[in-house]
Amino acid sequence: MSAVKNGMLSICNSVLLFLSAPFLVTFAQTPSGDWILARLDENLSSTSRVLVSKMVIRGRREVRTIEAKSWIQGTEKSFTEYLAPPREKGTKMLKIGDRLWMYSPSTDRTIQIAGHMLRQSVMGSDLSYEDMLEDPKLSHLYRAEVTGSEVVDGRDCWVVALVATSEKVAYHSRKMWVDKERMVPLRAELFARGGKLLKRMELRDVRRLQGRWFPMRIWFKDVLKAGEGTEFIVESIEFDLHIPDYLFTKASLTK
Amino acid sequence: MIRFLIKGLLRDPSRSLFPLLVVTLGVALTVLLHGWLGGVMHDFVDTSARFSTGHVRVVTRAYAEQEDQFPNDLALLGVEKLLEELRQKERELDWVARIRFTALVDVPDEQGETKAQGPAVAIAADLLSQHNELSTLNVPRALVRGDVPPRAGWVLLSEELAQRLGLTPGDRLTLIGSSMHGAMAIGNFRLAGTVRFGVGPMDRGALLMDLSDARQLLDMEDGASEVLGLFRNRVYRNAAARAVAQRFNQEYAKDTGEFSPIMMTLGEQQGLGEYLSYVGVFSRIMVVVFVLAMSLVLWNAGLLGALRRHGEVGVRLAIGEDKGHIYRSMLAESLCIGLVGSVLGTLAGLAVVYVLQVKGIDMGRFFRSSSLMFSNVVRARVTPASFYLGFVPGLFSTMLGTALSGIRIYKRETAQLFKEFES
Repeated sequence: MSAVKNGMLSICNSVLLFLSAPFLVTFAQTPSGDWILARLDENLSSTSRVLVSKMVIRGRREVRTIEAKSWIQGTEKSFTEYLAPPREKGTKMLKIGDRLWMYSPSTDRTIQIAGHMLRQSVMGSDLSYEDMLEDPKLSHLYRAEVTGSEVVDGRDCWVVALVATSEKVAYHSRKMWVDKERMVPLRAELFARGGKLLKRMELRDVRRLQGRWFPMRIWFKDVLKAGEGTEFIVESIEFDLHIPDYLFTKASLTK
Repeated sequence: MIRFLIKGLLRDPSRSLFPLLVVTLGVALTVLLHGWLGGVMHDFVDTSARFSTGHVRVVTRAYAEQEDQFPNDLALLGVEKLLEELRQKERELDWVARIRFTALVDVPDEQGETKAQGPAVAIAADLLSQHNELSTLNVPRALVRGDVPPRAGWVLLSEELAQRLGLTPGDRLTLIGSSMHGAMAIGNFRLAGTVRFGVGPMDRGALLMDLSDARQLLDMEDGASEVLGLFRNRVYRNAAARAVAQRFNQEYAKDTGEFSPIMMTLGEQQGLGEYLSYVGVFSRIMVVVFVLAMSLVLWNAGLLGALRRHGEVGVRLAIGEDKGHIYRSMLAESLCIGLVGSVLGTLAGLAVVYVLQVKGIDMGRFFRSSSLMFSNVVRARVTPASFYLGFVPGLFSTMLGTALSGIRIYKRETAQLFKEFES
C-alpha cells in the first residue's frame, strides 16, 4: 500500500517536474544579485595592484590632466603619488582602512583628511576623498537584486539594484548595468538616501588582463557639479605584485 | 505784538509750560531716533562696503549666482587689466581686487603634526603694495596683538580664533583650502598679528592675507573673487554708484558669457537696498507718528487751555476783538511755543545723540550669530539733518493742535457772551 502510494507520488513529482522544467531553466538563467556582486569583485579587486593613471578633469572653464602612480594592497591600503602637473607633483596620499593622509611637498606637512574634508573633490575632479576611502568590494557594502536586462554599448547587461547594508557608505543605493558575459559594470548610477542621483559612471575600454576583465577608462560625473566630468584613464596596471609594507606608513609620505 | 504774546506766555506759565514740555520731548525723541537709526544704518553700510560689498562690486555673472559659497572656480580672471581700465575710466572711486575663500587653519606642533584646527573665512586684499588696503579694512585700529603683515607669507587672524587655536604672533600655521580648480590647496604662513573689528561675522573667524599670497595658494594667477570700488571720501552715494554700474554694464552688455563681468551697486547686494529703503520708510513713518501723537496731545492741551481761557476769549470778543485776530494771535503763541520747544528739543536730542555717537551701546550679544556686517558697538550719528529735522514736527504739531482747538472761537456767539459772564 505504501509502495503504491510512493510510486504514485514519484509519478506526480515527475509530471510536475516535466511541466515546470521550462520555467526552472528560465529562472536559472537569471543569476542572483549577490552572485553578480561576487563576480564583479573577482574581476575588479585583487590582492595587490600597481597602476599608473591619468585623470582628465573637464571643468567648467578648462581641462586639466593629473597623472599619478598608485600602489594598492587589498581593500584596506593604498598609496598614491602625483606625478604631474608641476603644482601637484610630489603630493602623496596614504589610505589605511578608513583613514586618509595627504602630504604636501610645498609645505612639508602631512594632513589627515577627515570630517567634512572627505566630501571635497580630489584634485578638483568629480571624485571625492570619500569615494577613495570606500571599500572597493561591493559585496561587503551592498545587497543586490537583478531588476532586468538591457543593452549598453551594444553589450547585453544585467540591470542590478544595490542597496547599502550599513550606514557607513557614501552612496545609499546604486544602479548598475553589468556585462552578462564579462561580468564588468559598463554603467552605474549612484544615489543618496533620499533617492537623489549624485553621480554617474561609465566604464569603457574593457580589456582582458591577467585572467580578468578590467575597464581601462572610467568616466565619472558628479551631477551636482558643473563641467563634463572626469575621465580616469589607466595607463598601465599590474596585479598581484609584492608591495613592501613600509610604503603604507606615514613615514613614506615624506620620503 | 510778538513781544506782547511772549510776555503773556512768560507771565502765565500754565498757558505755555505743558505744550512746551510736550514739544521739547517730542522733538528730542524725533532727533534721537533719527540720529540712532541714521547711525546704525551708516555704520552698517560703511562696514558692509569696507569688508564685503564695496560701493560698487564687479564679479562674474556665474559667481554672482552662488556668491555665498565663495565659488572661486567662477572668479574673475585678467583682473589687472580690468583694474587698470576701471582706474582710468572711473577716477571718483578707488578700485581694489579681493579674494574670499573658506579655509581650515591647521596649527602644527614641533613634529609637524596637527595640534589644533579651526575654520576661517579668509579675505585676501592688497596689504603690501601701493593700493594698500589696511586703512580701508580698519586694520591699524583693529589690531589687538602683533603688527600688520610685514611681507608676503604673513597673515592676520581674528583674536577670537587665534585664542581658540592657541596662536600668538610669530607662530606658524597651515592654511588648507580649495584651489580655483577645486583641488586641495595647502600653504604655510606665519601669524603677524591678531585683530578685533567689532563686527560679529569678522570677529568669529576672519583671516586677512595679502592678495599675492592667496593667488599663489589658490592657483589664481591674475584672478580675484571680486573687484570693489569705493568712493574716495568713503561715503556711499546711490545715484552716483548706479551711474558707474550702468556705464560699466553697458560696456559689457554684448558679452553674455557666464564668466563676463557684471557690476552691482551696494544697494543691489545682500538685500542692502531693501534694508536702506526699509529704514528710510520707517524713519518717515516715525516722524509722522510723532507729529500726529504730539498734535493729539497738543490739541488736547489746546482744548484744556481753551476751556481755561474761555473767559479771556469771551472778554476779548466782547470788547470788539475780531475772532480771526484772536485765532491768529493764538496761532502766533503756538508758533513761539513750537519754536522754543523745537530749539530746546533739538538741543536735548543732539546732546544725547552726540553722547551715543562717542560712547555707543555694545549690542554684540544680539549679533553673535548674525551674518550681517553690524558693528557690535552701535553708535548714533549727528548729521546736518539732525539740526533741522525736529523743527518740522515741533512747529507743525503745536500749530495743528492750536488750529484744531481754536476752531471753538468761531463758534462763540457775541449775543451769548453776556449770559456767560452773568453765570
